[in-house]
Amino acid sequence: MLNLGLRFPELLIWSPLIAGLICFIIRQDKNSKAVALFSSFITLIISVASLLYAKDRQLSGLNDSYVWMPYLGASFNVGLDGMGHLLTFLTALSFPIIFIATYKNDYKNASSFYGLMLLSQAGLMGVFTAMDAMVFYFFWELALIPVYFLCSRWGGEKRIRATFKFFVYTFTGSLLMLVGIIYMYLQTGANPQTALADHSFAMNAFYAVRLSFPQQFWLFWLFFAAFAIKMPIFPFHTWQPDTYEQSPAAVTMVLSGIMVKMGVFAVLRWLVPFMPAAVEKYRMLVIGLSVFGMIYASLLAIKQDDLKRLVAYSSIAHIGLMCAAIFSSYAVGIQGVMIQMFSHGINIIGLWIVIDLVEKQTGVRKISQLGGIAHKAPILTIMLVVIALANIALPLTNAFVGEFMMFNGLFKFNVWYAAIAGVSVILAAVYTLNMVQKVFYGETNSLTAIIKEIAWNEKLALGFIVVLVFLVGVFPQPIFNLTKDAVAFIAGEGK
Amino acid sequence: MNNVLQIVWLIPALPLLGFLINGLGRKQLSKTFSGIIGSGVVLGSFLISLYAFFSVKGGNTHVAHYFNFINIESLKIGFDFQVDQLSSLFLLIITGVGFLIHVYSTSYMHEEERKDFAKYFSFLNLFVFSMLLLVMGANYVIMFIGWEGVGLCSYLLIGFWFKNTQYNNAAKKAFIMNRIGDLGFLLAVFWLISKLGTVNFGIQGHPESGEGILTTLYTKLSSFDITCITLLFFVGATGKSAQIPLYTWLPDAMAGPTPVSALIHAATMVTAGIYMIARSNILYTLAPVTQTVVAITGLATAILAATIALKQNDIKKVLAYSTVSQLGYMFLGLGVGAYTGAVFHVMTHAFFKALLFLGAGSVIHAMGGEQDMRNMGGLKKYMNTTHITFLLGCLAIAGMPPFSGFFSKDEILAAAFQKNPLYWGVGVLTAFMTAFYMFRLYAMTFTGKFRGTHEQEQHLHESPAAITIPLMVLALLAVVGGWIGIPEIFMHGGHRLEAFLEPVFAGSNEYVKAHAPVKELSHTTEYALMAVSVIGAFMALLYAWNKFSKYEKTGVEEKGIGKILANKWYVDEIYDAVIVKPLHSLASFFNNVMEKKAIDGFVDGVGKAVNYGSRQVRLLQSGHVGSYVLLMVIGILILFIVQLFLK
Amino acid sequence: MEIKYYIGVAVALFCIGIIGVLTRRNAIIIFMCIEVMLNAVNLLLVAFSKMHALTAVGKATPSVVSDAQLFVFFIMVVAAAEVAVGLAIIVMMYRNVHSVDVNFLNRLKN
Repeated sequence: MLNLGLRFPELLIWSPLIAGLICFIIRQDKNSKAVALFSSFITLIISVASLLYAKDRQLSGLNDSYVWMPYLGASFNVGLDGMGHLLTFLTALSFPIIFIATYKNDYKNASSFYGLMLLSQAGLMGVFTAMDAMVFYFFWELALIPVYFLCSRWGGEKRIRATFKFFVYTFTGSLLMLVGIIYMYLQTGANPQTALADHSFAMNAFYAVRLSFPQQFWLFWLFFAAFAIKMPIFPFHTWQPDTYEQSPAAVTMVLSGIMVKMGVFAVLRWLVPFMPAAVEKYRMLVIGLSVFGMIYASLLAIKQDDLKRLVAYSSIAHIGLMCAAIFSSYAVGIQGVMIQMFSHGINIIGLWIVIDLVEKQTGVRKISQLGGIAHKAPILTIMLVVIALANIALPLTNAFVGEFMMFNGLFKFNVWYAAIAGVSVILAAVYTLNMVQKVFYGETNSLTAIIKEIAWNEKLALGFIVVLVFLVGVFPQPIFNLTKDAVAFIAGEGK
Repeated sequence: MNNVLQIVWLIPALPLLGFLINGLGRKQLSKTFSGIIGSGVVLGSFLISLYAFFSVKGGNTHVAHYFNFINIESLKIGFDFQVDQLSSLFLLIITGVGFLIHVYSTSYMHEEERKDFAKYFSFLNLFVFSMLLLVMGANYVIMFIGWEGVGLCSYLLIGFWFKNTQYNNAAKKAFIMNRIGDLGFLLAVFWLISKLGTVNFGIQGHPESGEGILTTLYTKLSSFDITCITLLFFVGATGKSAQIPLYTWLPDAMAGPTPVSALIHAATMVTAGIYMIARSNILYTLAPVTQTVVAITGLATAILAATIALKQNDIKKVLAYSTVSQLGYMFLGLGVGAYTGAVFHVMTHAFFKALLFLGAGSVIHAMGGEQDMRNMGGLKKYMNTTHITFLLGCLAIAGMPPFSGFFSKDEILAAAFQKNPLYWGVGVLTAFMTAFYMFRLYAMTFTGKFRGTHEQEQHLHESPAAITIPLMVLALLAVVGGWIGIPEIFMHGGHRLEAFLEPVFAGSNEYVKAHAPVKELSHTTEYALMAVSVIGAFMALLYAWNKFSKYEKTGVEEKGIGKILANKWYVDEIYDAVIVKPLHSLASFFNNVMEKKAIDGFVDGVGKAVNYGSRQVRLLQSGHVGSYVLLMVIGILILFIVQLFLK
Repeated sequence: MEIKYYIGVAVALFCIGIIGVLTRRNAIIIFMCIEVMLNAVNLLLVAFSKMHALTAVGKATPSVVSDAQLFVFFIMVVAAAEVAVGLAIIVMMYRNVHSVDVNFLNRLKN
């Protein structure tokens, strides 16, 4: 078992990658759907097995190292720590849910659609397991590029514009990060002038680099820009509502459920531990931006009439809190971020499933045009209400634990920031309940009169999410145990 | 004692079970069955609560630890329940009154469709569950779970008839205003965590360690900390217990079914704030500034709500404002340090206010949904039981001896007089108004002649037994409930409640005795105060009875101050103009200007600049070979020059 | 003779060539000017080669000295080939547009 245990991170990457390629090769729409679903279950099983068998939850940096580009000092080095376990598990868990929930959606060229989806999953797995900056960057892009194609081919009316915006935003960020990575890389080894092969992209080598203060101060922004765009936090967020609005449902779920966590994850792994001084120095500014962004996005969410845009802004507000909690550098806050990454992923996928259902049946997403769905589809409504309550962090739902701890961390850092950020909790109640009321309560109208109760597959997906919402909400301890060491490392380094 | 710990978890678990059964089986279960399940589980909880109550009578405190909710290095929060005198008293009120209201509901909600009926009971059970969590939690986080849970149930039940937009708005308003308070609560919890490192109640109000607690608190918390924490907790309480400035949701919450108003918005949930402050009494005792704020807020709320209640015509609105006003009394009690008095008033208020709401529900039921008192009148002919029980309730709330309201109100007023005679003056004035509007309500509803339509008159009938029996039980309690707290001057050792609750407030009492002893009132003063309040209230009562027995519909609009009162001092309108509208404008500004023009404008601007720039550069590509060659030569020359100067 | 006279002549030739290329529109003249520039470079190569042969280093390694002159031959060969191709293009151009004015040749633009 031990040998297998070491190979889990690789298996997690290979399984979706190969399945994705198979999808491309077979070019049969129906079978590719089955292949995708099947492979996503395989990945889930691998992920569960890795949770059960992986003994070592510390990042050792010695797992599976293949020399990849010896002349550059890059090696294919992947591994899992507690945070990696959690996020790969989230990724592995989300894809089956997404595939099940959208099982009845028919996409043109389904084989390419599912192929790209699986490639993107492979990319995500790679990002969460990478222990080498080159590998990390490679998978970072691998996760993004399929999404670009998915949006631009299967998206809504204004998909080209939205996708272009998305691409330019994220690519700008990625390139800045690449510059940062190369700079970091040159700092490894004996001195910057030695031959390339003496430098290393390995994460541990990066951690070992002790940057001078001025170096940190500008390097910080290179990395931060990339991650801030990805998360996104104010004012780098405007790609998000547009992209979410235009992407096909399944892609939006991947984007908001998991891909957004890439940004948060990257800050935790590839930014905070390198540059303690810069984190210290820019902390006020970054937390200020995040907190302002929370209020800003919440207010915008109140004003949105489009369901997808509403959820997009609500997501920005939640991510703002995560970012603020990370930069406040208290273990309790970072622990909150860990659990919230997982919870937020699950919850927001649930919201998208509901929105997709509503849109598929009525053809509209405008809140002002909907109403009274609760009469026609009570089960859907119950599911939605539970997920919506989780979205506003009601106690005993999963998001409460995370938000409680993140606010706690933020409070320890600064009382006023916590108080202001807290206002967004109230605003969250305003827009979420408003949405629930206008869409699901009230009288039915001609558009919503035709709505039918949800089908088995959607019931399954949503039911599973609802169970998770309560399970994590009542017994969060396993997640704390899993991520304890990672948190201690980050909080220790971040001080 | 260990037996208690073994079964205490059943108290909240039973209603949760009821919630699950009714919620999941709402399509299959018959109405009778869901009614029995719904009420039965609460009865079960009540019986266990009784057991728990007797087990703590000797002054014990039980803390049961179940599992770790959050357990990380810097923060440990257990899923713990605590049963002591205070919580067991609340347990009895919640499950006891709750059970009666459940029974009442089986009849009151009988016209609902089957699945809505089951849904109603499942929500009601969920509420009881959350409320029990709230009072049983052994730390602030578990309390907060219940605290938000009851808010959620209140939201669900106010908006129970969710087809109606207005009801939904009321539900949303309640939830959001509660959330504003909850933020204060949360911040206070964080403050405690960051200074004390724990949120367990154990650190305060624990009987055995007495002064030891104070030293811990003093070493870890500055007086500024204590003041801020208590103020923040109080913000939470103003939300949940409908005090200024967050009280406006409660009258709107009357949109829900009447038993819900009785259970949630009169007897139990709205008293959560009082419970929480009584639970944290030692912190409040240590923060005189906060105490003053609490007392003044309570007093202001009491009189403001009382003035509004004078002019309301909706039977439930009058009761709602009266609830707000009575809650104000309780906060006055807390603010002047009369914790027992406040808890006492919570209890008596639960009895008589639940009674009044249920009585009002019976009336509304008989009137076919009519809630406007101007269309009622003379109902005592038709509904005898309701009438008698309602009258008893009115007498109790008006503070007539020997009904329960007299004792609790008197205790608070006496304590207020000790602190500051002005408090007492305002309090007594409020008491007069209470007597006045309650008997206005009574007279307009039950005396005089019937003013409704003919059909309604045909329909009038006494309600069935499931409604009248709870009324009778509550009426009995409303009459005798005060006798467990008879003041010392009437009967030595008569205040059994005080003796019972003594361990909970021991720390505070000791502190007060040591640091700021209050002069005992002379018996003459005490009698005089009592006489003033009783006689005044009695006069107000008689005046209202006389005046409104002869009430006729005039159709004349109110003028002057009457109009302002009828429109609730325009507080809702003011909030709308001062808070809601500006927020919306700010949101619009962000949406239209900041987001679209500034940020997206910048992003698009970069794109446009690149486009524009490339269009300009493109002009260089004229296609003339000559100009290309010229450029080439110039380029070479520049390179030469650069080379020359750089070397 | 001193090297600077050779350089002077070469530079003069080269400048004449450039100015010719830049100012004239007749393709044949431009072509001739290009040849003039090439020959200016050839002249320089030969001159420097000769100069180099007289230095101490040049005397020590006579085989290297002749390299530049070999280059000149190469250039002449290439120039001859170029002339063949270039003239052919000009002829084709004349056939197509009945002109050898290079300003007609602005099709690169589109």
